[in-house]
Parts: sequence; structure tokens; C-alpha cells
Amino acid sequence: MFGLKTDWELDPPPRYFTLEDYEGGVARWCPGCGDFGVLTAVQRICREQQLPPEKVVAVSGIGCSSRFPHYMKTYGFHGLHGRPLPVACGIKSRRPDLDIWVATGDGDCCSIGAGHWIHAIRYNMDMTVMLFDNAVYGLTKNQTSPTSPVGFKSNTHPRGAWLPPLDPLQAMLGFTNVSFVGQAVDWNPILLHAILRQAHAHKGLGFVRILQRCPTYSGHVFQDLQKSPDQLLLLTHDDGLPMTPELDRLFPNKEQHDPSDLGKARIAAANHERIPVGVLFRDPSRPIYDDFTNYGLGTSVEDKLDSINAELDRFAI
Amino acid sequence: MSTHVAEAAGTGSGSRTTVPQHIIEIVSDSGEGAQKAGQAFGAVCAKSGRGVWTVEIIPAEIKPPARSQAGASGIRIRVGSRTVTNMGDEADLVVAFNEQVLYGRITQHAFRKGTNILLENRWATDDSPEIRELYANALQEFREKGFVVHELPLEQECLKHTSNPRVGKNMFVLGMLCSIYGFEVERALEEAAFLFRKKGEKVVALNHELIRAGYAYASDHIPIQFFVPARPNPGKSIVVNGNQAVGLGIMAAGIDVVAMYPITPATSVSHYLGEAFHRVGGLLHQAEDEIAAIGFAIGASYAGKTACTVTSGPGLALKTEFLGLAVMGELPLVIVDVQRGGPSTGLPTKVEQGDLLASIWGQPGDSPKVVIAPATIEECFHFVITARKLAEAFRTPVIVLTDANLATGVQPIPRPNPQEEWLAPPIDQAPWDKKVLAYDWDVESGASPRPIPGQPGGEYVLTGLSHTKDAHVAYDPDSNRVGMEMRSRKLAALQKALKPPKVFGDESGGDLLLVGWGSTQGAIEEGVERARGEGQSVSAVHLRFMSPLEPGLEEIFRRFKKVVAIGIHYSDPEDSPIDKPNRRRSQLAILLRDQTLVDVDSWTRVEGQPLSPGTIYDAIQDHLGRLARKES
Ligand SMILES: Cc1ncc(C[n+]2csc(CCOP(=O)(O)OP(=O)(O)O)c2C)c(N)n1
Repeated sequence: MFGLKTDWELDPPPRYFTLEDYEGGVARWCPGCGDFGVLTAVQRICREQQLPPEKVVAVSGIGCSSRFPHYMKTYGFHGLHGRPLPVACGIKSRRPDLDIWVATGDGDCCSIGAGHWIHAIRYNMDMTVMLFDNAVYGLTKNQTSPTSPVGFKSNTHPRGAWLPPLDPLQAMLGFTNVSFVGQAVDWNPILLHAILRQAHAHKGLGFVRILQRCPTYSGHVFQDLQKSPDQLLLLTHDDGLPMTPELDRLFPNKEQHDPSDLGKARIAAANHERIPVGVLFRDPSRPIYDDFTNYGLGTSVEDKLDSINAELDRFAI
Repeated sequence: MSTHVAEAAGTGSGSRTTVPQHIIEIVSDSGEGAQKAGQAFGAVCAKSGRGVWTVEIIPAEIKPPARSQAGASGIRIRVGSRTVTNMGDEADLVVAFNEQVLYGRITQHAFRKGTNILLENRWATDDSPEIRELYANALQEFREKGFVVHELPLEQECLKHTSNPRVGKNMFVLGMLCSIYGFEVERALEEAAFLFRKKGEKVVALNHELIRAGYAYASDHIPIQFFVPARPNPGKSIVVNGNQAVGLGIMAAGIDVVAMYPITPATSVSHYLGEAFHRVGGLLHQAEDEIAAIGFAIGASYAGKTACTVTSGPGLALKTEFLGLAVMGELPLVIVDVQRGGPSTGLPTKVEQGDLLASIWGQPGDSPKVVIAPATIEECFHFVITARKLAEAFRTPVIVLTDANLATGVQPIPRPNPQEEWLAPPIDQAPWDKKVLAYDWDVESGASPRPIPGQPGGEYVLTGLSHTKDAHVAYDPDSNRVGMEMRSRKLAALQKALKPPKVFGDESGGDLLLVGWGSTQGAIEEGVERARGEGQSVSAVHLRFMSPLEPGLEEIFRRFKKVVAIGIHYSDPEDSPIDKPNRRRSQLAILLRDQTLVDVDSWTRVEGQPLSPGTIYDAIQDHLGRLARKES
């Protein structure tokens, strides 16, 4: 199963990858689902960065959005509900050469997987995490999610959600060692692409919460936002999301926001009147767990044998 | 190793009693260093060529009050002239720092008539009249029970050398034991020098002084002296406990990533790896919980790295869902479960073999996987290497079931000789032949080659959903059935490669056959040997493969009039109030009855204790008696 092949090429001919090289099976989300836009954005970034498909791993949990890996033509891991992050960290731990994209839903990440979420932020491993936040459980057909707004009617709360929704941005900006938090909306591909690219370029865990329409169960939650972009506040900065003429045209409200300022990021996240989009926080100087987990990679078989023998001799009589 | 003859001659004064084996205990309040002294004494015995098995005596609480019965903390050391495989029956000699902790041991049937008890006597003159009375009463009671009590002024003697005898007493006792058993005092001095190497010369010197004082005191004042001859040709050995053996096995198996969450009694594997794993370039990841631990290991395995997770019962329960995913996605993975008492938090520090069926069947749906169980500390090492190989050969998780008895038992074992082929070779990153599907099952064995991220052309999505050979999600009836068949076929193929187990005793058959698994082998075989010595027709079989089971069991079982599954897990005894047909059999009996259709009975104990040869011997008498009554 293992073992080096002798015909292994050290000098592969230069390859150029097109979008098709990242496009897997036909995506089977509902018509109008916000997930399509995210898939396209990721495939475009892969092509722009010319990431070899064999080096890309899409990791997900369970949910509609977690079907994501099946629609990429790269390696993929479609695992358990709530558990994509431990798997992604395990993959990355000893394979710094792999490019990891995690797709997770609001139920997946903020409910059943919330424990892993906190710790993955703290591990801060070099990967991109996309929270597909549609404020509802889609796959299991319309149950309340931790991010459902108060009054949201679902099959589990037909008279309306009672508890205040969990705010993933505010939560994350309180987690230890958070290093990148962005927010995008699925219906603005330019913004989505720009923010995901920033998250991907970030050395550490680039986390992007994507407000994502579920036309079947939660379309109404984002309807207003989609119709009136003035409810959104675009955060731009030369060290964050740089302003472009296109973005300028699309967003009536914008603000200069220095993403290195955690305090300001928290204030921006807490603004529920004007929903912030852009890069809220970025600190590339935070320690990444990869630097610890990569230790000892490439130890030769001879050195291992010597060390094991030395260990056994420590117990020798 | 030849010095032991000289030792015996040098210190033996002629009055030394030669014994083939001896069981020694040191019992104290926790924090008085009894375990340290006992481990050092065990090392002295092992290094002098004796067979040794040590078991920790663990109090029920972390910090029990002083002088309480539940607070008995310490160690048992069984020394013998041949390989010692279990803790034995009642102790022959006990050193106790107070009389109350002895009661704790008495309820555990640790002593017999004639057991020598060397008892600290400072309590006889304690300031508190209550303590003086308790001590006097105990003394009388112990003598009535037939123990041979020797009162010793341990504290008073230690005070001549240190102002804090509470922490120094243990080394005084180590010196005493060396004198009583005729070992050169230098052996103990070496151990102390090692134990206290980080504490500075002064501390080492003080402890050396205490050891010498204990040695001299015993030579002059303690009237009992024993000699346990050395083993013939013990060979090159290492002294380890089962968890250290697992840790060493992990390194020798070329395992690259160990992800775990602390849980007794598995934690010390990670303590050992924390110290040593980086030396072989390995990664020890302490995850946020057991689910994340196995998820992390699974991620590493998916990415082509050999991975392992180490846990105990409650952790195994949490890992269940991921285990099913590893079966479904066909990922190699080694899971070590150091079993403890259950259900729930149960007996966290004590032994049980209660995870057998949970390991085999604990996942939702049918999830065939390999489950193996080392029977000895030596096997704890080698089974990790076997597990890794099987996991890769069959692209499956492999559970290694050890238990608290193996985990904490310390024994000299032959030094393994690590081989290059045990280590994981570098992962294959050569282009993948696109004609080969991600699950290109060999219909005979269910095995298939595995693409690894980084291999161009091998791109596939691992999914826990029902899928086809090319890893595509498929809900149709055929795909689901074929996937199930292929995963199950792995066990069939592995079973074909196994040999029937050896019969200990009489292969041709007889009256009674005991079937055991895991850590109980030493006790079972010693009990059987004793009964056979008395002419009884009893034999034993010990299983190492639990899933799949070793072949040929039915044929062996049919040669005996009665077959009894032995284990440290619950079963309704024969005289329980439940109707006979509804009796709940032991986990092992359920497996064996299913496999062989033989009417296998069960005999089990769930007292948080390892089985002892004596209890096995009694069980044999009981079953042979029933058999005789049935026949007459
Ligand atoms: C252990 C476990 N519990 C429950 C489920 C059922 N389940 C599947 S997806 C899901 C929630 C999906 O919601 P979300 O994560 O928000 O993703 P979406 O489908 O909305 O994209 C649930 C409860 C499961 N698969 N596994």
C-alpha cells in the first residue's frame, strides 16, 4: 500500500489548471440555494492560485452545505455532523503541503460542533473555514438553528424561536488566538470572492461567515438584506479588504476599518443595525499550531530506529 | 546477572528460607512513597534476574484522610524464580505504615494465616488515646486472624537520619527488604540514585543513608529472611508496565500521530509518549475531547500518516460514531482501549474487561473491524505493531483491548528487537493510476489500495454515506449490499490467515475447558496448573483475536465435557434468581456460543481486581463438582 514507486517523476511538466479541473459532480442543491455561489468562488480561487487539485482537500461535516466536497474535483472528506474541524486539523497536522477548505453549516459548526469550533480557532491551523450560515437546519428539513432569529418559525418551533440567536462573529472574536474573521453574503459574488481570497491567503485559520440564503426554509430571513444593501456596512482598509470601484458601486454604506484592531472588530461585529461585511479582524502574528505539529516530519528511518533502541535501552536491566 | 549466587551466599546466614516465589506488599497512606519504594524493590529483583510482577494498590480517593481503611495505597510485588505473569493470591510479607490501611487490604482478601506483617509501632505511643486504642485492638485482631505481626519502630529509626521521616521511611523500607531477601544493598542505592537524580546530591545522599540504615536494622533486628532463587537464563530484558509497552509499541510500529484525551487508566501512555515521542519525530496531540481525538487521528490517517488514538471505556463510547466512519470510509487506524470498570464512570482506576462487545458491535449499523487483545505486557508492545499492519493491509480500524491490570502491572519482558519493516515507509505520492477506483475491492478479501491526498489522479471524496467502488454516494440496494459484503469480507479473509489457539493442558480433551482472553491468562493458567498438578482434568485456551475469532474453536470445545468462559465482566451466576434460560451470560460467552453453538457457561468476577490463581482454582473445583454431580 505504501512505498515509493521508482518511476516517480521529480520534474513534472508544467501544468495549467482550468476551472474544469476543480469541478466535480453536478451540484444538487435546491435552485436558488446560496451554496452554489460559494462553490464557484472557491473553484475560481483555486484556479487563480493554480492549486494542484491533488493538493486541495475539501473537508466538511453533515448538512446541505457539507455536500460541498462532492462538487469539487479535488480530494475531499465528507465526515460526521459537527466534526469537520478535528479532521481538517488532523489532515493538516502532518501535511503542510495540503490546502484545506472546510465547509460547515450553522448547525454543524455552532451547535453540535461548537466545542471543536472554539478549539480550532485556538489551534489556528493554516486553513480556510467557510461557515454557511442559513439560520436553519436545511438537510433535516427546517429545524431551528442556534443562529435562527427570534420568532423564526420552524418545525421544532412552529410558534417561533424563543432564544436570542448565537452571534458567531462576536463569539469568535472572543475565542483565544482568533486570527482572521471575515463576513460575506452569498448573493454578492465579488465581495464573497474577495473575502474568501483574503481568508485563503491568511497564514492561520481564515474564518469566513457567509450569510447564505436557503430559499426553501429561510429565504425570508435574508430577503430584506438582499433587497436593500444599505442595511450592510462594507468594511474596507488598505491592510484589509481594499476598496475597488466595483465594491464602491455595490455598497452605499462603507467604513474604513483597520482589521488589526480587535476592539474595533468587536464593535463592528456587535452592530446589528448595519451588518458588517468585509474583513473584521486579522492578525497574522498569532501562533499557528502547525509550527508545533510539523515537528519531526522527515525523521529518517535510521534515526527512528536509533531512537527506539535508545528508548528500549532506558528500560533495560 | 551472575552475582545473585554470590548475593545469596554472601548474605545468607543459613537461616534464610528458600522459596520459589514470594508476594510482598508495602501499604501506607497515600503520599508516603510506598509505591516508589516498591517499584525500586521490583527493579532490584528484576535486575537480579528474578521474575517480577508489580501491581499498584490505589486508594479510592485522590487524597483520602490519613489512617483510613479506604486510603490503603501502596504496591504489591510478586517475585519468583520463573516468569511471573500475575499478582498471585495472598501476600507472604507486608510492610505497613499504619494498622488502619491493613483493614482495607483485609477486605480485599490480600492476606492469609501466616502472612508476615511488619508494622510501624509509633501508634502504640501516640498522643491520642483513641489512636493508641485503635492500634492495640488491631494488633489483637490481626494476631487472632493468624497473621504474624512484627512491630517495628520505623519512624523512630528514621528520625536518627532525618527530621521528616514521613517522606524518608519508604527508602528505609527499601533497605529493609533488600536485607530480608538477600540482595546487595548497592542495588537499592543505584535505584535511589536514579530516582532522585533530579533532586540533587544532598537528597540522594540522605536517601542512601536511609537505605543503608534500613538494611542494617533488618539484618540486626528482623528475624525473618527469605531467598528467592533467580530465573535460569532470563536473557536480555526490559522492565516496563503495559502502558509503557504500548507507548514503545507505538513508536516501534512507526505510528506518526497519536491523538488522545486524558482518561484513567490510559493516560500514562500519553505521559510516556509526551516524554519520548518527539525523539522518533512523532506527534502527540491532546485534543479537546475524545471525539476530536479520533477525528484528528482519522484526518492524519486519511492524509497518509499512521495514526492512533488511546482511550478507556467512556472515551471509546464517545469515539463510536467516528469509528463507524473509519469502517465506512475504510481508513486504517489503531485504537487502544485500556479498559476500566464500567458502566459510566464506574471504577476508573480498576480493572474490567467490559468493553469487548462494545468494541465489536458498538457502532450503529454493521461495522466490522478487527479487535485484538494482548494477554501479557510483552504482547502490549507487539500487538500495536500487529494492529498497525492489519489496519493498513485491510484498510480498517483495529481496536487493541488492554486493561488496567496490564496497564499498571510491571514486569521484566524480553527486550524487543525493532525492525526497519515495522516502521511506516514514506507515504506514496506517485501519480495514481486513474483506472484503479478509490475502493477497488478484491472480492476475496475486501481489501483495496488507497489513494492519498497529494497523489495526482487519485482524487476522491471519502464519505460516510453509502457509496460505490468509485466513492460516489449511492443509495441503491445493490451498492449498499455490496459495500457491506466487502467490508465484512475483510474479517473472513483475516480469519483464514489465523491459526487455532493452543490448548494449555491436554489438547486431546477432558472434563473442563476454561476460555479466557486479555490480561487473565497468567492467573488462569496458574490456577489450571495447580488443579492439573492434583490430577484434575482441566485445560485452558486463551484468545487473542476477538474479531474475527480464531478458527477451530468449535472443534476444540467439543473435546471437553464442559466449557466455561472466564472474564472480568458481569454475568449472572448459576444460582442467580433469574430463570436459567434467561441467564445473562458473559460477553465472552455470548461470542463463543454464537460462534460455536456449544453450550458455553460463564464464570466472571467484577470486583475491580485482577483474577488470582486461587480464585480460578476455586472456580475449577466448583465446576468440576457440578459436572460430577450431574454425571452421578
Ligand atoms: C450525530 C448526528 N446528529 C444529527 C444528524 C442529523 N443532521 C444532519 S444535518 C443536520 C443539521 C444541518 O444543519 P446545518 O449544519 O445548519 O447545515 P445545512 O443543512 O443548513 O447546510 C442534522 C441535525 C446527524 N447527521 N448526525
